[in-house]
Amino acid sequence: MGSMRMRGIDKSFGGFKALDKVDFEARPGEVHALLGENGAGKSTLMSVACGLYAPDSGEIEVDGRPVQIDGARRAVELGIGIVHQHSRLVEAFTVRDNLALFNPGRPVDDVMRDAQAAARDLGFEIAPGRLAGQLGVADQQRLEILKVIVSGARLVILDEPTAILSDAEGAMLMELVRRLAQSGRAVVLVTHKLHEALAHSDRITVMRGGKRVAEALPQDMTPQTLTHLIVGANVAEAFIPSGAVGAPVLWLENVFVPGEGRQRGLAGASLSLKAGEIYGVAGVSGNGQAELAAVICGIGTPTQGRIMMADRGDITHQGPADRRRQGLAAIPADRYRHALAGSASVADNFAVPGALAGAYGPWAWFNRGIMRRQTRDAIARNDVQGVRSTGQPASLLSGGNAQKLVIAREFQGKPRVVLAHSPSRGLDVRAAAAVHDRLRQARDAGAAVIVISEDLDEILLLSDRIGVLNAGRIAAEFDAPADRAAIGAAMVHHEHA
Amino acid sequence: MIDLMGFWLISLPGFAVPFALAAIGLILCERAGVLNLGAEGFMLMGALAGVGLTLNGTGAPVALMGGALAGVALSFVFALLAVGMRVNHVIAGLSMVFLAQALTSYIATSQRWTNNAFEGLRPVLYGQDAMVFLTPVLVLAVTWLLFHTRFGLALRAVGENPAAADAAGIDVTTMRFAAVLLGGALVGLAGAYLTVAVTQVWVDNVVGGRGWIAIALVIFARWYPWRALAGAVLFGGIEALIPRISAAGFDVPRYLMQATPYLATLGVMIWTAWRRPTSSAQPAALGRHHVREARG
Repeated sequence: MGSMRMRGIDKSFGGFKALDKVDFEARPGEVHALLGENGAGKSTLMSVACGLYAPDSGEIEVDGRPVQIDGARRAVELGIGIVHQHSRLVEAFTVRDNLALFNPGRPVDDVMRDAQAAARDLGFEIAPGRLAGQLGVADQQRLEILKVIVSGARLVILDEPTAILSDAEGAMLMELVRRLAQSGRAVVLVTHKLHEALAHSDRITVMRGGKRVAEALPQDMTPQTLTHLIVGANVAEAFIPSGAVGAPVLWLENVFVPGEGRQRGLAGASLSLKAGEIYGVAGVSGNGQAELAAVICGIGTPTQGRIMMADRGDITHQGPADRRRQGLAAIPADRYRHALAGSASVADNFAVPGALAGAYGPWAWFNRGIMRRQTRDAIARNDVQGVRSTGQPASLLSGGNAQKLVIAREFQGKPRVVLAHSPSRGLDVRAAAAVHDRLRQARDAGAAVIVISEDLDEILLLSDRIGVLNAGRIAAEFDAPADRAAIGAAMVHHEHA
Repeated sequence: MIDLMGFWLISLPGFAVPFALAAIGLILCERAGVLNLGAEGFMLMGALAGVGLTLNGTGAPVALMGGALAGVALSFVFALLAVGMRVNHVIAGLSMVFLAQALTSYIATSQRWTNNAFEGLRPVLYGQDAMVFLTPVLVLAVTWLLFHTRFGLALRAVGENPAAADAAGIDVTTMRFAAVLLGGALVGLAGAYLTVAVTQVWVDNVVGGRGWIAIALVIFARWYPWRALAGAVLFGGIEALIPRISAAGFDVPRYLMQATPYLATLGVMIWTAWRRPTSSAQPAALGRHHVREARG
């Protein structure tokens, strides 16, 4: 019971091949790690397994019988349960109602009795009357697991479960995962963290670019061989130190910003960005990254503290437009939402700052010819591919090319300060390397660059200096070459633990 | 003065019932995440159906049921647009109002129903008709349906987090369709009651903005049926006061009096927004379409 075999699974979105003849097998009693970078196709494959996407072709067998998983309900009937990366709980409902919703056709009291028993087996307690929205992230995740088990899942898929957890919470979750496997269920652990796969799984499948590149046992693998498989052979990016670090250009003094919802916000963040230097901000997601990026851009005002700029003085109360005029360039984390207008043309997206500055004529008249010419030049210089015409909507660009377009726009006027938030998120290795190169070029041209990223490898690869953002403030700073373990410890250190 | 109070109390339920029925209908619809601005249109259709059936001698109960069916018919069109074809809910709702205004006016004129008074629903007890007593029962039924049944659980889940409902195996589109049709029946019934029991005559735009007030009532009630009933009594009370004050000979500008319900609506909205600046009561996915194959 609980075994599943997928063979030759294909799935395309538009012209993009998300899955290319992928094989995958889950066995009862086993934790199977599905490893790969963002965009490798892990989540898509698992969405096929639980009936959310229909594969274009391929076969699926459950317990040795060929099946069609045409919908979430069918997946539940077959005993397949998924815990998504982002909570699928109804936050306005109680724990009890969430469990009832997911287990239709059974008396609620039976469902609750099963849930209480299953929770005890797995080593935790539940509070039926609490609202799901009031639970902490770790508790929400356990409730999601419980929801799936009580509905009879023999195969439990966990999609990047530790991405949003602290270290201690992550360790507890891994214990729970082990108990799930010991109870005879098959567990699939989808992750991009190779150490997690090595330490907590019985079998590892590696995906890259929509293809399965390897299936192996953890004892046969080392971090080096796994990295090689995940990233691919031919891109070797290395840290290149700064040639000349100059004077501070922009600095934050004891900045406080309240967080939204469960986010912590900033609580006394101080840091200083110097010309000709890349400053990397490492940290676990939700420790103030979004708020840090926002205050540097000039979106929202700190409740306390100051933001200073060399020979401009206090710029705390200046909005985004003022800061851009003073030489701030920003590459936001969500490029489709905060950097590009998808339905507007490539030329329009590129030309916004120039148009505002009057580069294409007075306010009532645009010279579209100059605009198109400049866009074409910038596209060629920045190697933005897939642009058939400057009039095509920006949303048709792939992730890497969209990011290159953002960079082409932001870097056109020799910026003094560059803010890059998760600049390579969702990009393949080659596109990421190109983006990193452009950031280094900006630094070498004398800009002060700040990179905020939850990907520690990216931080280590780029930064001349590293600050660790923990609970809304810079908890520690390291000079390159930095000790990875020391940074990791500073990321998860709790002062009030 | 005693007379004033007495007449006011007796006429109050007649004004409150349409508000209450329309508001609980809208709550059903919006709890499933479908923003419904078409209430005025659904009420007009119900009102016209009620008039047409009564004038053709069917009797009041059949006329009321016909009104509910007319509400269902128009809300089916609305559901096709807003749920099936994923048209923006605001646009779809507004287009229903304009469609119903034109259509009812045309039918009433061509059938010579306009200004044609009739005898509709008769009082049964304390000068009140049966619907006055049935309305609290319907409010109870909707409350029960929403909060004490699996259907209600699924309906609210669709309105709060369609992705979660989808993952639980609930068909989001079917559930939203059902909620829109069920809600449309109640809003249509509200319109039919207005003509069959209260005005007992058809004039163009007989609903006169009550559908819009019902939409405000839903916000005031924070999407709870019982609070909507309380709000309906409040607004019905204000509306019932207007003719009484004029009849008692108080010298108050007539047009100012007639604007009172709308002023009260405005006041209630401001009060609600001020009391609870971050409204957590609104269904989280209200007005949002659910598209599964979209890549996150």
